[in-house]
Amino acid sequence: MSEASPAKAYGLHLGAIALLFVLSFLLPEYYHGLLARIMVLAVFAMGYNMLFGYVGLLSLGHAMFFAAGLYGAGLAVIQLGWSVPAAFAAGLGCGVVLSLVIGLLALRTSGVAFMIVTMMFAQVFYLIILYFSSWTGGDQGMVVPQPARVLAFGATSLDLTNPTVRYMSALGLFSLVLLITLALVRSRYGRVLVAIRENEERTKMLGYDTFSNKLAAVVISGIVCAASGAAYALLFGYVGSSFASVQYSILPLLWVLLGGAATTLGPLIGTLFMYYVIDITSGYTSAYLLIVGIALILLVLFLPKGILGSMRQRWLGWLP
Amino acid sequence: MHFGPHLLLAALEGLVTSAVLALTALGLSLVFGVMRVVNVAHGEFFMLGAVLAWAITTSIGGHPALGFLAALVIAPLIVGAIALVAERLVLRRLNYNPEATIVATIGMLYIIQQLALTFYGPEARPVEPPFTYRILLPWFGYSGYKLSVIAASALLLVATWLVLTRTKIGLIMRATQYDSETAQAFGIPVGRVYGGVFALGAMLAAIAAVLIVPISQAHYLMGQDPLLLSFIVVIIGGLGSLRGTVVAAVLIGLSDGIISMFFSPTLAKIIATLLVAMVLVFRPQGLFGTASR
Repeated sequence: MSEASPAKAYGLHLGAIALLFVLSFLLPEYYHGLLARIMVLAVFAMGYNMLFGYVGLLSLGHAMFFAAGLYGAGLAVIQLGWSVPAAFAAGLGCGVVLSLVIGLLALRTSGVAFMIVTMMFAQVFYLIILYFSSWTGGDQGMVVPQPARVLAFGATSLDLTNPTVRYMSALGLFSLVLLITLALVRSRYGRVLVAIRENEERTKMLGYDTFSNKLAAVVISGIVCAASGAAYALLFGYVGSSFASVQYSILPLLWVLLGGAATTLGPLIGTLFMYYVIDITSGYTSAYLLIVGIALILLVLFLPKGILGSMRQRWLGWLP
Repeated sequence: MHFGPHLLLAALEGLVTSAVLALTALGLSLVFGVMRVVNVAHGEFFMLGAVLAWAITTSIGGHPALGFLAALVIAPLIVGAIALVAERLVLRRLNYNPEATIVATIGMLYIIQQLALTFYGPEARPVEPPFTYRILLPWFGYSGYKLSVIAASALLLVATWLVLTRTKIGLIMRATQYDSETAQAFGIPVGRVYGGVFALGAMLAAIAAVLIVPISQAHYLMGQDPLLLSFIVVIIGGLGSLRGTVVAAVLIGLSDGIISMFFSPTLAKIIATLLVAMVLVFRPQGLFGTASR
C-alpha cells in the first residue's frame, strides 16, 4: 500500500464533505431527510469500522453502544428535562462507561469467543431496556417532544426539527468524526492498531501493550457509536428498543463490509448504498431483510474487501 | 398448590425444555466441534422444522399421530437437504474461515426467516399432538406427550452418542474433528464429512422442533430463543464437548423452568445471559469442558 500525501488524503475527504454540503441545496425533500439519517448512521458505521476494520475485532454487539448514546441522550431529555448539549454529553458519557466496562471484560477473549461475548452483552443490554419499560418505554419506545429539541445560544435558538438545521447538524457530526478518523488512522496509534490486526504476538514482542491499545480502540469506537445514537435521538426524536436489538449490531457490520473495512470513506458508501438498495426494493417487496441476507452472503463470497477496499487493491493504492 | 408440587411441576417443565434444548445444542456443538463453524442460522433450521411439521400434518390430515410421524421423518430430511445445499454453495467456498462463515450464516438467518414470513405468514399455528393421554399424579395431571418428548430426546441422544463412539462414521467424524489435515492425508473425504455434519446438525435442530411443536406453536420468529439458549448450553458445556453439552442442557433447562416459574422471564434471561457471558470471559473452556484444541 503506497502512502498518500496528506494533501491528497485530506483533499479527498474535504471534497466529500463539500459534496454533501452542496447536495443539501440540490436534493428534493424526501432524499434530503434520508441523507441526513444516512449520515448519522454512517457515523455509527465509522465507529464500528474503527474496531472491525483497523483492529480486526469483529463485534456482534455494537448496537449496545449506539443504544447507550440513544437512551443516554433520550432519557436525559425526556425524564430529566436536560438541554440538548447536556443530553448529548450524557449520551457520550454512557458510551464511554459502557465501552470501558465491556472492553475490559470482552478483550480477555479473542476470535469466535469475542463475537459471542459481545453479542451476549448486547442481548443483556437489550433485555435490560425491556425490563425497565416504565422508564424506557419498552418496545414501544419514546418520542422526544419537539420543544425539547431546540438548541439555545443566549438569544438565538436552533430548532433541530427544522430539515436544514437537522441536515447541517448531521453533516457537522459526520465531518468531525470523518476527519478525526482520518487523523487517527494516519497517526502512530493507528499504525499500532493495524499492526495488532496483522499480528498481535509480533506487536507484543515489539514492546507494545496490545491490551491497552485495544481497550482504547474499543472506547473510541464506543464513543463514536454513542455519538451517533445520541444524535439520532436528538435529531430524529425517536428512542426505541429495536435500536438495541441484534439487527442493529449486524447492520453496521454489513455497511462496513459493503463499503470496505479499514477504509475511511467505506462506511459512508456502504450505508448510502444499502439504504438506497432497501429504499428501491421496498417498492417491490416488504421483505427487506431478505435483501440484507443475500447482500451479506454475496459480499463475503465475492467482494470480501468491499467497494472501496477492492478499488484500493486494483487502482487507488493511496486511498486511506 | 403447595411449594413441593409446584416445584415438581416446574422441574417437569424444565426437563421438557432441557430435552429439546439438548438436541438443538448438540447439533450446534457438532457443527462447531467438527467444522469450527459458528452457525448463527441454527435457530432458523429449528424454526424450519416446526413450520414444515405444521405444513406436513395439515396436508396429510387423518389421525394426528399419522401426520406427526410423517413430519418427524420428512421435516428433518428436508431441513438437512437445505443445510447441505447451503454448505456446498456458501460455507465450502469460504474455506470455513470462522469470521466469514459467521457473516454468511447471519445472511442465511435473514433469508430463511424472511422466506418463512413470506410463505408461511406471521401467525403462530398449532400442531395437534399425536396422543393426548394425561398421566394423573397425586397433585396434578400431566401431559403424557410431554413425558414422551423427554424419552424420545433421551433415546436420540443415546443413539447419537453410539454413532459417534461405536461406528466407523463416528470414528471418521472424530478423526476430522481431531485433526482435519491428517484425516485428509489418511484418505478421509473431509469435504464430504463437513457437508454431512452440517446437515446432521440442522436435522437434529429440526427433530427437536418437530417434537416441541405440539406443545408450543410454530412461528417464523421461534428460532431466536433456541439459538441463544443453544449458544449458552454449548459454551457452558465446553465448545465441542458432547457430554458437557447434555449436562449443561439439563442444567439450563431445569433452572430456566424453575427460575421463570418464580421470577419474571425477562429477569431470568438477563441473569442467565450475563452469567454465561462471564463464564466465557473467565473460563473460556466451559465449566465441564476440556481446553479446546
